[in-house]
Amino acid sequence: MFLINCPFCGERDQSEFSSGGEAHIVRPKQPTELSDDEWAEYLFMRKNIKGIQFERWNHVHGCRKWFNVVRDTSNDKILSVYKMGEKPPVNYK
Amino acid sequence: MKNKYSLFSLIKNAFSQHENWQQAWGNPEPKKEYDAIIVGGGGHGLATAYYLAKKHNLKNIAVLEKGWIGGGNTGRNTTIIRSNYLWDASAGLYDHALKLWENLSQELNYNVMFSQRGVMNLAHNLQDVRDLKRRTHANRLNGIDAVWLNTEEVKKFCPIINTSPHIRYPVLGGTLQRRAGTARHDAVAWGYARGASDMGVDIIQNCEVKGIKRNRDRVEGLETTKGFIKTNKIGVVAAGHSSVIANMAGLKLPLESKPLQALVSEPVKPIIDTVVMSNAVHAYVSQSDKGELVIGAGTDSYVSYTQRGSHNIVEETLKAILELYPIFSRMKMLRQWGGIVDICPDASPIISKTNIKGLYFNCGWGTGGFKATPGSGDLFAHTIANDEPHKLNAAFNLNRFVSGDLVDEHGAAAVAH
Repeated sequence: MFLINCPFCGERDQSEFSSGGEAHIVRPKQPTELSDDEWAEYLFMRKNIKGIQFERWNHVHGCRKWFNVVRDTSNDKILSVYKMGEKPPVNYK
Repeated sequence: MKNKYSLFSLIKNAFSQHENWQQAWGNPEPKKEYDAIIVGGGGHGLATAYYLAKKHNLKNIAVLEKGWIGGGNTGRNTTIIRSNYLWDASAGLYDHALKLWENLSQELNYNVMFSQRGVMNLAHNLQDVRDLKRRTHANRLNGIDAVWLNTEEVKKFCPIINTSPHIRYPVLGGTLQRRAGTARHDAVAWGYARGASDMGVDIIQNCEVKGIKRNRDRVEGLETTKGFIKTNKIGVVAAGHSSVIANMAGLKLPLESKPLQALVSEPVKPIIDTVVMSNAVHAYVSQSDKGELVIGAGTDSYVSYTQRGSHNIVEETLKAILELYPIFSRMKMLRQWGGIVDICPDASPIISKTNIKGLYFNCGWGTGGFKATPGSGDLFAHTIANDEPHKLNAAFNLNRFVSGDLVDEHGAAAVAH
């Protein structure tokens, strides 16, 4: 349980948001060219990091907009929030 | 067994005020090398070591546990055991475990308090009714006991359920597996630890794995907080931390680790003599032998390793509990906790070899691994010893995410995810 600073609405309770999982997984540009292994990687394989993770959230009970969050999954502290399409902050690895 | 527990040993120890009971398992320092190392000293890991020693004649085995044995999800679950899964592969896997449960106390000479009090799954809408009836038929075709109960029969089986048609999610019926039930979760870890230790397995607590040493495509050993340990077979049974260990070997798994919560009430006199689960409103409840109501809540929607979970999840579960059991309205909850569960996209586990020789994974049990403990250990031990899966866990390989041959058990998994 934590607060998320929605870039459009400000700080709200996490229960207003829905988690979209790991961010920056690029949708295949040419799906017909993909091997089974590459499909598995895109669809199922996840970093599932204990530590600093880049992820997508949707303010589903608010503005309903998607954005990105940098969060430490070992203590649920949010380190940074940035909009869709923006480059992820470089000071987190 | 060196020191068999029996009525005789109980009487004998009574004369010395029970102060001279032997240690149930040893506390050794790690050796330089093992034939096989199990990473994770929970129920599944200890069971794996036990069956490796017992059935596959491997004696030089270690179990590494970063905390204390049974301190992770083994000690955090709601102890429900059942095998009423939909697909043939799952039915084989979970019923194999259930059959082992039925004789486990005798097998281990340790009372795991297995109680076949039945598990009832409730239906709250027409689709639930159709799905659960279908599952009942599928179960019976696989030789698993299952019956469909209508609303009156549900009420008769568990009289404290509110079966009024006027509640938000009325009870339209349910399924019952009478062979299902509960067990004492700690005792399972302790019983397997004692049995394994007795056969010479080294159980090494407070020893965290820091890295996996590889020589090209095969494993050579583990870097741990107690130094380097050489081995060419590593079985990882690390539940929520499976991805963390996999990353050490440069592997990615199809898992997401999320907090799953449970809570217990103050102890009261016997009021519910079975286990009732409701997937649709997300509430399940049973009563421990101590008298506490044991209530399972849901998972959080986001990846987290905090072993806490959000308050709103508990709130929703308790709302559902109160509507189904108005009699509990003045119960006080004593404790609440979270465990980190490793969830697979198809809600089925992975008991599998990997493309690294000597590295095996038993993970992805998600929200329902406790019920499978003996079967999971038995089949994982087979997989490690023979470098080939047993026919009961062949379907639960890692490659299914590439081939697309998934075992979709979202309907039978208790916790919606």
